[in-house]
Amino acid sequence: MAGEHIIDLNHVSKSFGDKKILDDINLYVRKGEFVTLLGPSGCGKTTTLRLIAGFLAPDEGEILLDGRDISGIPPHKRPFNTVFQRYALFPHLDVYDNIAFGLKLQKVPSDEIDKRVRKVLKMVSMTDYEERDVNSLSGGQQQRVAIARALVNQPKILLLDEPLAALDLKMRKDMQIELKEMHRELGITFIYVTHDQEEALTLSDTIVVMNEGKIQQIGTPTDIYNEPVNSFVADFIGESNILNGTMIRDRRVSFIGHEFECVDEGFGENVPVDVVVRPEDIYFTKKPERAQFTATVNSCTFKGVHYEMYVDTDTGNELMIQDYDAYPVGSTVMLYIDPDDIQVMVKERTCNTIEGKMVDETHVELLGGEFECLPQPGLTGGEEIVAEIAFDKVDLLDHQEDGVLAGEVHFLLYKGDHYHLTILTEDGDHLWVDTDDIWDKGDLVGIDLAKEDIKIRRKHEA
Amino acid sequence: MKKFLAQTYIWILMVLLYAPLAFIAVFSFTESKVLGNWTGFSTKLYENLFTGRMQGSASLISAVENTLLIALVSAFVSMVLGTVAAIGIHNLSGRKKRALTFVNNIPMINPDVITGVSLFLLFIFLHFSQGYLSVILSHISFGTPYVVLSVLPKLRQMNPNIYEAALDLGATPGQALRKVLVPQLRPGMVSGFILAFTMSLDDFAVTFFTRGTIGLETLSTYIYADARKGGLTPELRPLMTLIFLIILVLLLVINIRQARMQKEKENL
Repeated sequence: MAGEHIIDLNHVSKSFGDKKILDDINLYVRKGEFVTLLGPSGCGKTTTLRLIAGFLAPDEGEILLDGRDISGIPPHKRPFNTVFQRYALFPHLDVYDNIAFGLKLQKVPSDEIDKRVRKVLKMVSMTDYEERDVNSLSGGQQQRVAIARALVNQPKILLLDEPLAALDLKMRKDMQIELKEMHRELGITFIYVTHDQEEALTLSDTIVVMNEGKIQQIGTPTDIYNEPVNSFVADFIGESNILNGTMIRDRRVSFIGHEFECVDEGFGENVPVDVVVRPEDIYFTKKPERAQFTATVNSCTFKGVHYEMYVDTDTGNELMIQDYDAYPVGSTVMLYIDPDDIQVMVKERTCNTIEGKMVDETHVELLGGEFECLPQPGLTGGEEIVAEIAFDKVDLLDHQEDGVLAGEVHFLLYKGDHYHLTILTEDGDHLWVDTDDIWDKGDLVGIDLAKEDIKIRRKHEA
Repeated sequence: MKKFLAQTYIWILMVLLYAPLAFIAVFSFTESKVLGNWTGFSTKLYENLFTGRMQGSASLISAVENTLLIALVSAFVSMVLGTVAAIGIHNLSGRKKRALTFVNNIPMINPDVITGVSLFLLFIFLHFSQGYLSVILSHISFGTPYVVLSVLPKLRQMNPNIYEAALDLGATPGQALRKVLVPQLRPGMVSGFILAFTMSLDDFAVTFFTRGTIGLETLSTYIYADARKGGLTPELRPLMTLIFLIILVLLLVINIRQARMQKEKENL
């Protein structure tokens, strides 16, 4: 699908108040492509779409259409049409007039309008609904009218903002197939926003995974699923086991206390990494010579096509496995993983690295709070320093007021034998924590650090 | 027994509310100059009213004309200003929105006399000559909040993407306003207009203080002056009866239309 770019976003940033919604977004869309912006709510995907549509202007960066900057062009002059999340049909107009709205504004002759409205109604299987009041239509029918209203103007790009979110599951599946067919027939570029990873995998040529205003990964659905670049993508797309590991050397990785063959190279020797194994890629075997490790089945749930099992490995890690066969709870099983199915990712960080300032020889200011530290000979008050705190050395307290800092559990990841939490502090800084305790997203926590766990060095000491 | 008491209560209430109106209506059909004296059935007062054969009929007619003109102009301007203000307030957020809504409510609760006196002082202070214009401006100032109040709920009910959808389909901001926003807000605008219109019609205090000395009379100031001049002109009785009937018919029409629209919606 090589082709010229129709849309380019270069270094686009956008803030609302002090909150940075988009941070240096770089993205291109090829002519005729079906691109999906995928991410959890609040990741900036809808903002990106609204920037392209022209309802918002970027604070920084440029948006190019066919290589030309369109920042100064208002939305009504851009050759794009949008299908809105809640349809946004005009309630005072009937189906025909809703669809003809754009054409009438362009002063298209009325017999031509008639022809085009009928054609597009046929395309969305809504023939004979011309005279109907839009309020009397079902959600699915309203969505069809909204799509027809956008397509009748023959836009260069169709922008879709979670168009199927308000429909029930069955309807959503049907509409997905129809959208895909429309895209194929029309050859128009589609830019689609969704938080539903399955929808993204089904529909897209290219998926752009976003989180917290940044693009995490751009790739085809198979790339994104099989080779996620970081633990966020791995966790967000599909089910996965995300584990801490060590790259021993090229093609050799250790995790859950065992060594495995893999296909990844170039990480270096003895480097800490994140390892992703999809639950359907862990296989049961009866032959001891094939088995790489053993485990005890902990739970087994029937999921329709497959069984979902949680097992405890001989080294005390928990793994999720999906298989067509069920294994009884409590039984010991032998397991192996193919080298191809082990996805190794660079660890984004191995400990918290925080810039701060010495208050005096035994106190340090970090993230807006003052912590006691071991005496730091040679460092005086006011000196800028860098502190390192290991993930498992951050104490989380049940009550915000008990900690030196207050924070909120922002994101959590199960790593087989512990949780890896992202904590958002009051000032909007991030702190990463490894813990065996169970927290939920959104929990309010107090944060404390023991003085012996804060490793301090001068900021400019490389 | 309980039901009987409830019914009686309602009827006593109705009588108390409508007795004065009925009284005027009944006595509009007799010729007596003094209200309350029945001198036999006659439609002479109605004849006098329509043929102008009454004392000071020219000034009464001009007072009616002034009242209608002032009410129409001020209600229309209030409708436009109030709608624009409502759209602005709707698009504000948080504290600013609450503050402005609050500020909008004050003029409605404020006693008319105070509004009237303060407007009077303002016009004096600004050396603004008082007459038609000052009365109309004053009526706009107390009519606009009612329009804001009746348009805001319509904005809240509206799909927030509708305006953007119109822009997206190629409408300029002006076209989007005319072809999409206004049709959505029209019911609110109309009820705001009617409210502002009726508030203007029966205003006495504000008009009294802001009409200046050019001899401008509206119906309410005319009746006030007339009553002080030694009894109500008898022809005012048929006039008031007619105004009441017109309002009654208008209300009925509006209610029946609403009921019918409701029914149509339910049938879909």
